[in-house]
Amino acid sequence: MVTGHQTPPFFKRGLPLPARATIFLSISLSLLVADLRLNYLETLRQALTVLSYPLQIAAATPAEFVSNTATYFSGLASLKRENQRLQAQQLAMAEKLLFAEQLQQENATLRGLLKVNRAIGLRTIAAEIVFSARDPFSRKVILDKGSMQDIEPGSPVVDPQGLIGQVTRVFPLHAEVTLLSDKEQAIPVIVERSGLRAVMFGSGNGLLELKFLAANAEVKPGDRILTSGLDGLFAPGLPVATVLKVTRDSAESFARILCKPIASVERSGAVLVLSRTDPAPQRPADDRDEASRRASAGRIRNRVSQAFPEPVAADSAPAAGASAPQPATTALQAAASAPTPAPLASAPVVSAPVAAQSTPRAAASNPAPKGD
Amino acid sequence: MLPNHRSSRLLLPVRMGFVWFSLLVALVLSCIPVGRVQAMPDFVALVLAFWCIREPHRIGMGAGFCLGLLVDVAHGSVMGQHATAYILLAWAAQANSRRLLWFSPSTQTLHMVPLFLMVQVVMLVLRMLAGGRFPGWEYFFTCFTTAVLWLPAYYLLLLPQMRPIDRDENRPL
Repeated sequence: MVTGHQTPPFFKRGLPLPARATIFLSISLSLLVADLRLNYLETLRQALTVLSYPLQIAAATPAEFVSNTATYFSGLASLKRENQRLQAQQLAMAEKLLFAEQLQQENATLRGLLKVNRAIGLRTIAAEIVFSARDPFSRKVILDKGSMQDIEPGSPVVDPQGLIGQVTRVFPLHAEVTLLSDKEQAIPVIVERSGLRAVMFGSGNGLLELKFLAANAEVKPGDRILTSGLDGLFAPGLPVATVLKVTRDSAESFARILCKPIASVERSGAVLVLSRTDPAPQRPADDRDEASRRASAGRIRNRVSQAFPEPVAADSAPAAGASAPQPATTALQAAASAPTPAPLASAPVVSAPVAAQSTPRAAASNPAPKGD
Repeated sequence: MLPNHRSSRLLLPVRMGFVWFSLLVALVLSCIPVGRVQAMPDFVALVLAFWCIREPHRIGMGAGFCLGLLVDVAHGSVMGQHATAYILLAWAAQANSRRLLWFSPSTQTLHMVPLFLMVQVVMLVLRMLAGGRFPGWEYFFTCFTTAVLWLPAYYLLLLPQMRPIDRDENRPL
């Protein structure tokens, strides 16, 4: 081993072990904090995925092959059954679909008449769950489509029954979906029967929990929970869960409401990723004091008019009526909209200052400088 | 190099290419999708600990750090979670390397259980501090399943070094 008269490698030890451990531990602990608290490491993660994703595929492909082989021979009978079931389902769906088209047209006309904003346009991308992430502390699955297929972070993911989760990280060729049952996943929902708004959290064990609802809230077992769409990410009306158990304890101010997801959150294979075709509505700046909010009213109004040309155009020039440029409305709708003095605001949060300024009463009570 | 310090059998020197190849295979094995089975052995920790004990001057905390980061990304966990655990594992394995080599492979298995348990506990503590949920007691099975694989891994990974120096055409192995 000894070559020439150099120091034998036996004596070359480098830094002592504790010193090396300190260096590496401090690096990895700071990485941990940077990832958890500051979310700085997405680029590093993206870069490392280039190395790790081939390994994952190399591991997943044989495993998939084995599981496919296992079901191949027992598959015929179950396939026949599934085929029959799907045919029956398709017949039922075809009928619904006929009505749905008619309803959609009717809905568009009515919305036009009321000057309510169009329903959110959605684009669906079919994807498949390749495997669930190994991390035992969270509930995440990996989809086989990524940013190359236009998957965007934040998009809701549904299966035929309902919502299963949300895309949280997007890589070039795959995407990570945080399931509803993850402890850190929260979505704004509405109780279908009573119209009560709430926030739903995963409880970590496959069930969901409606939190911060008063002990006497109008919720009972069997109620359906839908998304409310208040966050601007989830489309409103996606089925989420059914209420399983309501515990009302007089010692606590909130009811403990356990729900069971409607979709097969932990199992499904093929899913749809929904993404908005139009950009999400912008929120007004979250100013702390009233003075700065008033000062910024004009700024918000300008921004809103950029984001929503349709309703604001009708707002600022109500007298213009039919002559106002309204690309998406028909002549009939435009004529009907002309006598409407204060059109319905489409997105309540965003257009609130605009509506307030356009009505004379609000303008008198509000000493804010006239915008623009 | 000897299989252990009591043995009289001489081994061939290790090839670093084989060491890295075995670590890569362990990485692939750790990526096998198993759903929510929690008792899956931690192959990377196993192979890393093995080489840290056999070759403490070549494989150590640096390798543990890099592998840990890759496992973190592959498993979708927090960056640095596996890295921290593997650094501590490599440290403990390197520090105990000379002592552990006095024992027979089956006795080494018993010594490895606390090391693998430490990996699990470190990751659990880090995630609980970060606000994660407790994954259930099955989570700790991993350290036992990993330790059970120590004996097969020991012979499998030493196999290339057990070849005779002079190849006998009549006895290929």
